[in-house]
Amino acid sequence: MLDFTEEEIKRYSRHIILKEVGGRGQKKLRESSALVVGLGGLGSPVALYLAAAGIGTLGVLDNDVVELSNLQRQILHGTSDIGRQKTDSAENRIRALNPGVKVTKHCARLDKNNVERTIRDYDVIIDGVDNFAARYLLNDACFFGNKPLVEAGVLQFLGQIMTIVPGKGPCYRCVFPEPPPPGSVPSCQEAGILGAVAGVLGVLQATEAIKLILGIGKPLVGRMIIYEALSGSFREVGFRPNPKCPLCGEKPSITELVEYPVACEEQRQDAVT
Amino acid sequence: MEQPKPQVKADKEINLKGEVCPYTFVKSKLAIEEMLPGQVLRVIVDYVPATKNVPRSMQNEGNSVLDVSKLNDNDWQIVVRKG
Repeated sequence: MLDFTEEEIKRYSRHIILKEVGGRGQKKLRESSALVVGLGGLGSPVALYLAAAGIGTLGVLDNDVVELSNLQRQILHGTSDIGRQKTDSAENRIRALNPGVKVTKHCARLDKNNVERTIRDYDVIIDGVDNFAARYLLNDACFFGNKPLVEAGVLQFLGQIMTIVPGKGPCYRCVFPEPPPPGSVPSCQEAGILGAVAGVLGVLQATEAIKLILGIGKPLVGRMIIYEALSGSFREVGFRPNPKCPLCGEKPSITELVEYPVACEEQRQDAVT
Repeated sequence: MEQPKPQVKADKEINLKGEVCPYTFVKSKLAIEEMLPGQVLRVIVDYVPATKNVPRSMQNEGNSVLDVSKLNDNDWQIVVRKG
């Protein structure tokens, strides 16, 4: 029937039933692509839910191998994957979940020489990185490349998420103009992270990415959701574009990609998320 | 006495005999999505709960249900105008 196989109709029936999705929306998902940057605590649920949702092409980017200490939160990988490249492990897991998804592996660390061509072919970018250098690089590259970015970060029992759509609202630098001084913010390796908190934020990111692709609802543009797991509370903080933003403000000082050094305590990819 | 219903010509017909919920609605919805507002879809089902569920869901999505009636011992028709 129509363009869907019987298998697809069954697999996506709970989506198709939704008024806001329907067959049209499901087709949009199938024709769309998303890039998950970082296959850790955030990227794991993002990749799994986007794959389950039937996204057409899923790019997965990470340069690390799976370690035992990852598995407390990085549900994309299993115990038997220890020592494997995360992109390989992710590909297997995604294929097992939904063979209809095309997986594109990027076994690389983002830098200013590869970021623009890496994000170019994707409709939505999801930030699941573990260090400020990559976070700012991705924000800047998505601004220059006019790509929507679903941004999130987690630490201990806290998480925050915002969606950045260039020209439609504030960017990451509007809120946090420069990275914090090295060492001022502890990494998850030092400070810890409750695995499930990364899961909550990653699932919110996947939801935001799907909303952007379908063009439904109200994206978290200019709104940051802060989740505080211990008190069990969600807070929303509104932000406007900052006219003094060094990237997207009136007199930008950043006109090309800048690469910050990765702080030494952040160098290990398994340090955060 | 119930008046005989005026016959409406269907623009599209789908046979969903053998299908159960929710696929009766899922497939009806996929069919009507491809149609133009005002066009009429005729759905044939043999799963009795679908004769309640499909019309209700179709109405929830803004379509009008023109007829739900038994065709024979096994089959029902659901006639819907796209909203």
